[in-house]
Amino acid sequence: MTQELSKIAQVVDKHEADESALIQMLLDIQRENRWLPKPALMWISQRIGVPINQIYQIATFYKAFSLIPQGRHSVSVCTGTACHVRGAPRLLDRVMDALNIRPGETSPDQKFTLSTVNCLGCCALGPVVVIDGEYHSNPPAKEFEESIATLD
Amino acid sequence: MARLKSFADLERTKKRILSQRDPSKPCVTICSGTGCHAYGCEKVSQAFVDEVERNGLQGKVDVRRTGCHGFCERGPLVVIFPEEICYLRVKPEDVPEIVSKTLVEKKLVERLLYVDPVTGDRIVHEGEIPFYKHQSRIVFGNNRLIDPKSIEDYISLGGYSALAKALSEMSPEDVLETVKRANLRGRGGGGFPAGTKWETTRNAPGEVKYVIVNADEGDPGAYMDRSLLEGNPHSVLEGLIIGAYAIGSHEGYVYVRQEYPLAVENLSLAMNQAREYGLLGANILGSGFDFDVKVHRGAGAFVSGESSALMTALEGRVGEPRPKYVHTAVSGIRERPSSLNNVETWANVPMIINRGADWFSAIGTEGSKGTKIFSLVGKVNNTGLVEVPMGMTLREIINNIGGGIRQGKKFKAVQTGGPSGGCIPESLLDLPVDFDELTRVGSMMGSGGMIVMDEDTCMVDVARYFLNFLADESCGKCVPCREGIRQMLNILNRICEGKGEPGDIELLEELSEVVRDASLCALGGTAPNPVLSTIRYFRDEYKAHIEQKRCPAGVCKELIAYYIQPERCQACLICLRECPVGAITGSKNLVHVIDQDKCTKCGTCFEVCPPRFGAVVKLSGEPVPAAPPPGTEVVRRKGRGKGAQK
Repeated sequence: MTQELSKIAQVVDKHEADESALIQMLLDIQRENRWLPKPALMWISQRIGVPINQIYQIATFYKAFSLIPQGRHSVSVCTGTACHVRGAPRLLDRVMDALNIRPGETSPDQKFTLSTVNCLGCCALGPVVVIDGEYHSNPPAKEFEESIATLD
Repeated sequence: MARLKSFADLERTKKRILSQRDPSKPCVTICSGTGCHAYGCEKVSQAFVDEVERNGLQGKVDVRRTGCHGFCERGPLVVIFPEEICYLRVKPEDVPEIVSKTLVEKKLVERLLYVDPVTGDRIVHEGEIPFYKHQSRIVFGNNRLIDPKSIEDYISLGGYSALAKALSEMSPEDVLETVKRANLRGRGGGGFPAGTKWETTRNAPGEVKYVIVNADEGDPGAYMDRSLLEGNPHSVLEGLIIGAYAIGSHEGYVYVRQEYPLAVENLSLAMNQAREYGLLGANILGSGFDFDVKVHRGAGAFVSGESSALMTALEGRVGEPRPKYVHTAVSGIRERPSSLNNVETWANVPMIINRGADWFSAIGTEGSKGTKIFSLVGKVNNTGLVEVPMGMTLREIINNIGGGIRQGKKFKAVQTGGPSGGCIPESLLDLPVDFDELTRVGSMMGSGGMIVMDEDTCMVDVARYFLNFLADESCGKCVPCREGIRQMLNILNRICEGKGEPGDIELLEELSEVVRDASLCALGGTAPNPVLSTIRYFRDEYKAHIEQKRCPAGVCKELIAYYIQPERCQACLICLRECPVGAITGSKNLVHVIDQDKCTKCGTCFEVCPPRFGAVVKLSGEPVPAAPPPGTEVVRRKGRGKGAQK
């Protein structure tokens, strides 16, 4: 934890412990750590003098933050309007079947986190699923299973 | 780079850059926008760099990664200057041939050119492809010419000359007057005149004033702001600095979604370059005007795009809206006057200053001037970003630029304005697209999403889709929005599940009125639009769902069944193998049958059945015919693959 805290201290210092940069700090920590552990939030609260409930209000309001650990691999299904009319609900069904989790959930072995996103800006490929940053255009069930099979 | 200390310095820099560049030197530009990234354009770019080196062409050929060109349907896109040869769907394997044939031998690689679907002719030049030919790309057009990471590219095209002009020749009042006279309306949704907003902020009491770029593009299906910020960030910055000068602001913010990492990166780089050049910071171009800007990443909340919510978020608090008895233009960030405009609005400003209000207001319609960028997506042949003059009809955009509906299907509706907008039916396709006309028919301009829907799209499902989105994104601060949308969603869910009751449509209309009139901010205020517009134009579809428990488009899962027509099935085993739940029985030579109790209606069998058989059909509102007795052999069709139709 000490090592983690020193990283968090760096983030807070980068933003000059400025209260109005709170969301920016949390984004940096989320990106580094993939989730926001409670001790980290408590520490920030004391350091910049913002009540912990206010920090939790932010951490639960925005989609970018997670209060539970995320899986090693992220799978996002685009459910933007263009993808929706091109069959995103069916793609999402296939992905949920293959991973056996629902959007917002992480598999018990901490391998996958599934999420839905609203428009990735590559509507020509829709419906799209992104596995660790790799875009796949409407993969059939077997193709999707093959692309996750090699991940550890 | 030494700071530019005067307007003459900027001009000299531009001349120096141009003198170092040979316009006849071949330049390979590779579209590196989000769409092309997803296609793997980075590998193509790297292949060009390697191949140019391998052929000993370093220094003789430039390779440039540019912003989004717009024609996402055919990415990765490669355009070779000065001839403007446009290659589509380029793969890394194609690169050696392009280099040896086109760059060395000056010949075309025919197979990578655009083929006109009507005439069958191959089109060489980017500008002659129908998708581009019918557009007026005045804001978006430079994207394809510049490397967004290079301020020199931007300056070489006359970048920052509008800023120099404003600071040297115009008073802040002149700038304000020009923008007002041009009648530039906000491109983010409401279409409020930017000049009027600026004037309010300028005249509002208080020394400290803010200018803000709203790049919290949250409409699902719209990505034009992202492409501008990623592809030409300096144009947005230049517009912002000019606006700040007109308003008398010395501090600005860009609120950009953290989901757009490339936009954040390119923008931050552009800001650093502008500071080095003396185009941001103290005493800009020696004029005595000081201005600087900060980037704030949004953490993912649709409602934060609302002006008062966005400003609260900029203060580091939860981005919820507040009542706007006093406009944010008067009392915004930290209760100080703040002018907020969308990315595209700011990007229009330098052109207006350079070319004048008269030039700008000559484009467009009576009430809506200039051009608008749309993301033309959905069931259209040419998906991409398009920029057209205000007033072009929907039909022209969808048919001439978009190339019509995919797979020869029938057009049903086009949705504009995102979750705040509505669906426009075929009878209104000749509607000239501008702020007022779209509002008149029950939709709105919004940020410019244009989602085309065909006969396979269920309009009740579309309404449900948007309300589901809005129920999720409602911040919950006011009751009409939080509870009203949820109740409307419940009703729509019931209708889609075949549990609709008479009176549901009227109830939806009644709730819509309350949500629209009583909500705190525009999210709730416009939330009923997707429902009201679909009821207005597609009431029959609602009725079919409620009265006949039928989904005419075959989308709503609970109202459809998949059925294999015994006389068409050729026992090819494809659907049987692909069915994820093993609901299909049969074997070689025996007719395949779907077990309706096991079927999860995933649609896989429908998708995989070869079109020449077309044996799987969707049934809705009618009973599933009894299955043929087990062991029924298939009827082999003669001339298989010729006469058969789907």
